Amino acid sequence: MISVVEHFPVLVVVISLLSAFTILLVGKLNKNSCCFISFATILVQLVMSIFILNHVRTVGTIRYWLGGWSPPWGIEYVVDALNAYILVILLFLALLCVMYSKRNIEHELPQKIVHYYVIYQLLITGLCGITVTGDIFNMYVFIEITSLSSYALIASRGKIALKASFTYLVLGSIGACFFLLGIGFLYSVTGSLNMHDLSLLLPPLYGNRVVQAAFVFFIVGLSIKMALFPLHTWLPDAHSFAPAEISALLSGIIIEVSTYAFIRVCFSVFTLNFLALPIIFDFLCWIAALGIIVGSILAIAQYNLKRMLAYSSVSQMGYIMLAVGLSLSTTTHPWCGLTPALMHILNHALMKGCLFLVAGAFIYKAELWNITDFRGLGRKMPYTCAAFTLAAISMIGVPPSVGFVSKVYIIFASLDAGKFVFVAIMLLSTLLNLVYFWRVIETMYMKREEGEESHSSSSKDEIPLSMLIPILTLASLCIIIGILWLTEIPIPILDQVNSLFGLGGGAP
Amino acid sequence: MTEIVESMIPLLAILCPAIASIFIVLSGKRPNIREGWTMFASILQFLIVISMIPVIIGGDVIKYTFFTAFPGVDFGFEVDAFGLIFAITSSFLWILVSSYSIGYMRSLHEHAQTRYYFCFAWAIFGAVGVALSGNLLTMFVFYEILTVSTYPLVAHDQTPEALFAGRKYLAYLLSSGCFFLAAVVLTYHFAGTTDFVSGGIPNLASEASRGALMVLFAIFLLGFMKAAWMPFHSWLPTAMAAPTPVSALLHAVAVVKAGVFGVVRTVCYVYGIDLMSELGLGIILVSLAAFTMIVASLFAIAQDNLKRRLAYSTISQLSYILFGVALLNPMGVEGAMLHIPFHGFMKITLFMCAGAIMVVTGKRNISEMGGIGRTMPVTMVAFTIGALGMSGIPPVCGLISKWYLCIGTLDAHALSLLAVLMISSLLDIVYFFPIIFTAFFGNSEEWTDGGNKNEKTGIKEAPLFMLVPIALTATFSVIFCLFPNTFYILELAKLAVASLGGV
Repeated sequence: MISVVEHFPVLVVVISLLSAFTILLVGKLNKNSCCFISFATILVQLVMSIFILNHVRTVGTIRYWLGGWSPPWGIEYVVDALNAYILVILLFLALLCVMYSKRNIEHELPQKIVHYYVIYQLLITGLCGITVTGDIFNMYVFIEITSLSSYALIASRGKIALKASFTYLVLGSIGACFFLLGIGFLYSVTGSLNMHDLSLLLPPLYGNRVVQAAFVFFIVGLSIKMALFPLHTWLPDAHSFAPAEISALLSGIIIEVSTYAFIRVCFSVFTLNFLALPIIFDFLCWIAALGIIVGSILAIAQYNLKRMLAYSSVSQMGYIMLAVGLSLSTTTHPWCGLTPALMHILNHALMKGCLFLVAGAFIYKAELWNITDFRGLGRKMPYTCAAFTLAAISMIGVPPSVGFVSKVYIIFASLDAGKFVFVAIMLLSTLLNLVYFWRVIETMYMKREEGEESHSSSSKDEIPLSMLIPILTLASLCIIIGILWLTEIPIPILDQVNSLFGLGGGAP
Repeated sequence: MTEIVESMIPLLAILCPAIASIFIVLSGKRPNIREGWTMFASILQFLIVISMIPVIIGGDVIKYTFFTAFPGVDFGFEVDAFGLIFAITSSFLWILVSSYSIGYMRSLHEHAQTRYYFCFAWAIFGAVGVALSGNLLTMFVFYEILTVSTYPLVAHDQTPEALFAGRKYLAYLLSSGCFFLAAVVLTYHFAGTTDFVSGGIPNLASEASRGALMVLFAIFLLGFMKAAWMPFHSWLPTAMAAPTPVSALLHAVAVVKAGVFGVVRTVCYVYGIDLMSELGLGIILVSLAAFTMIVASLFAIAQDNLKRRLAYSTISQLSYILFGVALLNPMGVEGAMLHIPFHGFMKITLFMCAGAIMVVTGKRNISEMGGIGRTMPVTMVAFTIGALGMSGIPPVCGLISKWYLCIGTLDAHALSLLAVLMISSLLDIVYFFPIIFTAFFGNSEEWTDGGNKNEKTGIKEAPLFMLVPIALTATFSVIFCLFPNTFYILELAKLAVASLGGV
């Protein structure tokens, strides 16, 4: 007997897609309903994803054959612990962002409310699709859906955002081309597009140059998508000119989902036995380490808060990729395998989501973009600033926040792998984070406003509740999840991922 | 022999300031209620801490585990005699400083008082957490909380100078936090645990090479920059830009003592005294401490700003503690452990006096303080007691700890170190005596501005909220000399030293 949960992977995608069209139709009649439809859809999706996660934990991997066609021919949706985990994070952040966008979009894009929500819902469809699919060409299609909708969303503010969007479009398309070429190469030697099928067909061909070239194409293509250090150039503009909730999604989820695709390709399509994997991963560690440092230094040089956060994302992607790079050589539970990387995907989504939403709140209230203009905000917008402080402290890695846990896990992982130099890099990065985040905190709370004595009645001027709730939720989760990680309650999910891929010295 | 008692008491002690901080924010609009919470929490916390004494004196250890963070590392508290000494000191002084803060902040009409009390509570949370934590990881967590929560206090004035002080403070202490984290992780990597064990973590020596252990110790020392050893001391004098109660509690008691506390923990409970002497690390630490003692005292002589002079005095006195521990014998360690509370009481007296002078007369420099002993007799008598204690003159408690330290040097057969101690004590007199002399015998010739001429001889003391704590700490400084076992401190120190074993 098939549990109803087994249908959820496809429903998550289909509901989202249909909702996009519904919004378009209903939006013609009533603009205000768009946000609620979107919110309701994502809420349902989130609930489904939680059921999926639960099912995966208790019963096992869900395989759904689209149209009943069996795998090598038809498209298959496969949900194991890895995608279920990513799916929950992605939908949770999307839900908070849509809640936040209610007032923010009315303020920023009053003319384009309907279109915004349609594209937003398409973006979510694409992201969910990437996550649940078990077919590599299908994944490409969803990557394109995601990218196209994010180009549009980034450009939605017009003017300078158009340029940012165009840069992203060009680079994103190049990335997608590489990915498609990789798929083409693999198809030409194996004749299959199903990931599981590929993983069975490929091993005899590991020495084949075409297969190796395909692997490199995948790596490069996805590296562009996830803004890995030297290929990050599209990211700062795109992140800083998009509306706040899109920046939050871009930074918190979109590049992370690309990381997910990367992990999926490396470990599910090519398996651990693939010869080139260790070499590439060693290389990846160094690139990531470089990215961590350079990203942070560039962030220090920024005056615009959102740009600063964007560069910080480059650095944080370095954390994730460093953790992925180390995953092959770690063996000690609980920081073995992909655990630190997946942990940081969640942590980064929480922290960066919160920070970008706060940055958006400043823009919403007073069009404040530059850090130097934040004087006295601590008193005007106490809750928002408190949330920023919590998230920033978490980015710096002060215990017991999520940032601290990630940092410790990555440090343990690098010790475990015997690469002491990365310990030093992680610690150095902490200090660099301190420099650029503390500057903001200091300006918000400590710097006096000019002529403060004259108008001491700097009364509270908070953002609306519907924007405040997502911010405060994320900020408090930065601490709560941090403590949860320390208690190791959520670790079994990640262990399941590791045992799936045979990482971390076998089953824990 | 040693029984482990599972109990929630350490958690309750920690929760007092944490919960109080919430109420402080909620009642931010009503100062009396807000300060009421601070006082209430501080007294309650002290009582809870005190209630642990009987169990510890009985030779047992109180343990409370939240959860296991990593295999072999529990996140939790383990209260032993040494930790309890520090906890008693911090929580008791919190009561007095709270009262003093009320007087000080209200007299000066300081801004952002809610933030001040809020951060103060969290700083105590961190300090007591450090004292009670049962392993390096837990300690690190509280150590960082302490650093971050004291930043708003240091930068409280929000003047460019205070902001600079705050920045420097964070830069030093969070960098040191990185080293601390590295040290914790490396210890765990080598030994598979970070629990404090009396006499050292057993398998640390067998798992790590000699060179690795030496490097690790250097990282540990860098991690405890809060101990303000030279040349990494300069954040402390800069941080004197903070309001005086902050300097008093945090820079004479909580923050810096958390640093030296950490060093003592590392030496006695992570490395263990045997391993330390085997590696020859005691000599390195002792030289560092001796250097700091002398040089900081010399620096202190050159300062005219009273708080800065006290800050350098603190740097010098903290190194007494490092010095004692580095002697690696029972007497030295006991002297070091005793010096933590004793120095705390004396230094807090001095700082509170400096603050009282500032509130009443607005004077910060020693050269302006001529004749101040005649207008503020109580304050200056307290100051004199504190200063005498610092120099190790009876009947103030500084004598006791110095006595132990001296015997420690003799036990170590190191007469040169005894000479260092003596010289440093002499220097203490050199920089404290002029203050006392100026205060009581100096002329107050500038005291002629405005219509204040008639008040020349009138007594003008600080408000009672400030005066009472000053008198109390001064009294306690004397009591500790006459009855060193007040609050069982001597007994606890002896117990802690006895349990170290192998000495």
